[in-house]
Amino acid sequence: MRSTDPHLVGVGLPGVLWVPAVLGFGLIALPVVGLVTRTDLARLPELVTSAEALSALELSVRTAATSTLLALLLGGPMAAVLARSRSVAARLARPVVLLPLVLPPVVGGLALLYTLGRAGFGGRLLQLWFGVSVPFTTAAVVLAQTFVSMPFLVVSLEGALRTAGQRYEIVAATLGASPATAFRRVTVPLVLPGLGSGLVLAFARALGEFGATVAFAGSLQGTTRTLPLLVYQEREIDVDGAVALSLVLVVLAVVVIAVARPRAAEGLR
Amino acid sequence: MSRRHRVAGSGPRRSGIALAAAAAAVLVAGCGGGSPEPAPPGGAAAPSAGAPAPGTTTKLTVSAAASLTTAFGRLQEQFEAANPGVDVVFNYGGSSGLAQQIVNGAPVDVFAAANTATMDTVAKAGMVAGAPLTFVTNKLEIAVAPGNPKGITGFKDLARPDLKVVLCARQVPCGASEKTVEAATSITIKPVSEESEVTSVLTKVESGDADAGVVYATDVRSAPGKVDGVNFPEADKAINAYPIAVLKQSSQPSLAGKWVDLVRGPDGQKVLQAAGFGTP
Repeated sequence: MRSTDPHLVGVGLPGVLWVPAVLGFGLIALPVVGLVTRTDLARLPELVTSAEALSALELSVRTAATSTLLALLLGGPMAAVLARSRSVAARLARPVVLLPLVLPPVVGGLALLYTLGRAGFGGRLLQLWFGVSVPFTTAAVVLAQTFVSMPFLVVSLEGALRTAGQRYEIVAATLGASPATAFRRVTVPLVLPGLGSGLVLAFARALGEFGATVAFAGSLQGTTRTLPLLVYQEREIDVDGAVALSLVLVVLAVVVIAVARPRAAEGLR
Repeated sequence: MSRRHRVAGSGPRRSGIALAAAAAAVLVAGCGGGSPEPAPPGGAAAPSAGAPAPGTTTKLTVSAAASLTTAFGRLQEQFEAANPGVDVVFNYGGSSGLAQQIVNGAPVDVFAAANTATMDTVAKAGMVAGAPLTFVTNKLEIAVAPGNPKGITGFKDLARPDLKVVLCARQVPCGASEKTVEAATSITIKPVSEESEVTSVLTKVESGDADAGVVYATDVRSAPGKVDGVNFPEADKAINAYPIAVLKQSSQPSLAGKWVDLVRGPDGQKVLQAAGFGTP
């Protein structure tokens, strides 16, 4: 998007940047080419339309959408607090919020298991108060996905909030708008592109989530076995099947990012 | 506007160079990994005094099923003491993943798999020197919480509706064995989860989230105090054989053969049986 910015074209792009840019692109794109060349095209339709594959695909889309919604409801306000609050608590909270980006997802899953599992303190309270048990349920999949994907939304949105600054909000306040009105009528429209791009990133991350899910939720067809889990499991006996299912994930991710992200970045028009 | 351009211009440039360096490093490492050259002198470990060729270390790479980790670690000490200047390097993992790595060019001298099917993958690719030999067996066992609070006494108990049972998926060896037992006994188990790794089954029993899990005897032995094992006679219907083989690509087949001899010999068998494995 930057390249279409008339100001940047005027300055010109240093040619030397193309070398690392192309190398970097190759590092990301070539493995996808490798995946495609390994695909058994004749068996592809049969492999991706098996009952097990369709059930996993449906579960993946459903849980990723739910966890993205959860990330929006919880992570959106959190980004606003982190960007605007000057409290010590907010400053201390930021590195904690970013932890899932650093933690190996499987460790995140174990952490969830030891917290919300049957023996964990949270799990015991849930059992005591509501009589529910979280591991091995679809809710556990959503929680694991939200855990790993929410930071993407928070980081993206917090950045947008900081870049937007508070000038317009201050103007709105001087014109008599309450903090709530200024937030709704000024802040939110200003950061819509950042929010949209954060939502797309969070959805894509949730879709590909594997480690935390397998550690916390387990793997059972129709309940917790999402597409990445099925890929990992199929790989054990049928590499062709695993590759075909991976391609479904790649196509899904590319569609989501290519179709949704530019629109989101333009402000959800 | 102009200030934004300056900031935007210097950041990506510096990180671009760092990225190029990282990409170059990855490419170089990728090329180096594929070559069959022996390890450079002083690469991994310092050569021990009195080595046959001073200043050099011979590296023996063994790809082994994850369940062999503890036992092979013990045997490594024996082997390196008996063969000065040799450094045994292990690549542990799921057998099918290891087989895929070998078929796709991983430089490995010896492959020890947890089932015959994965060894067949490598053998079919024409990469095994000689015939694979069975060196141990492994039997299913039920892992339960310490003290067996749910009173699980046999395989048929796993069908109890009040129990949360975790199994291996049918695609992995422990799951395939377990399905064989189900078929042989006409007992149907409804698990809450089917894991891709036997260690994941163990983790869920250890954490208390599953009441019982079907794992291997060696897995129960690997977590003393954290889980108890319940034997069941039906496990004899699905005994898992572990094959070991030297690979054709090995540049040091006689040294690789020595490792196979140690594993199959009395010293190796003693260590393996202590870890819960059965005799072939």
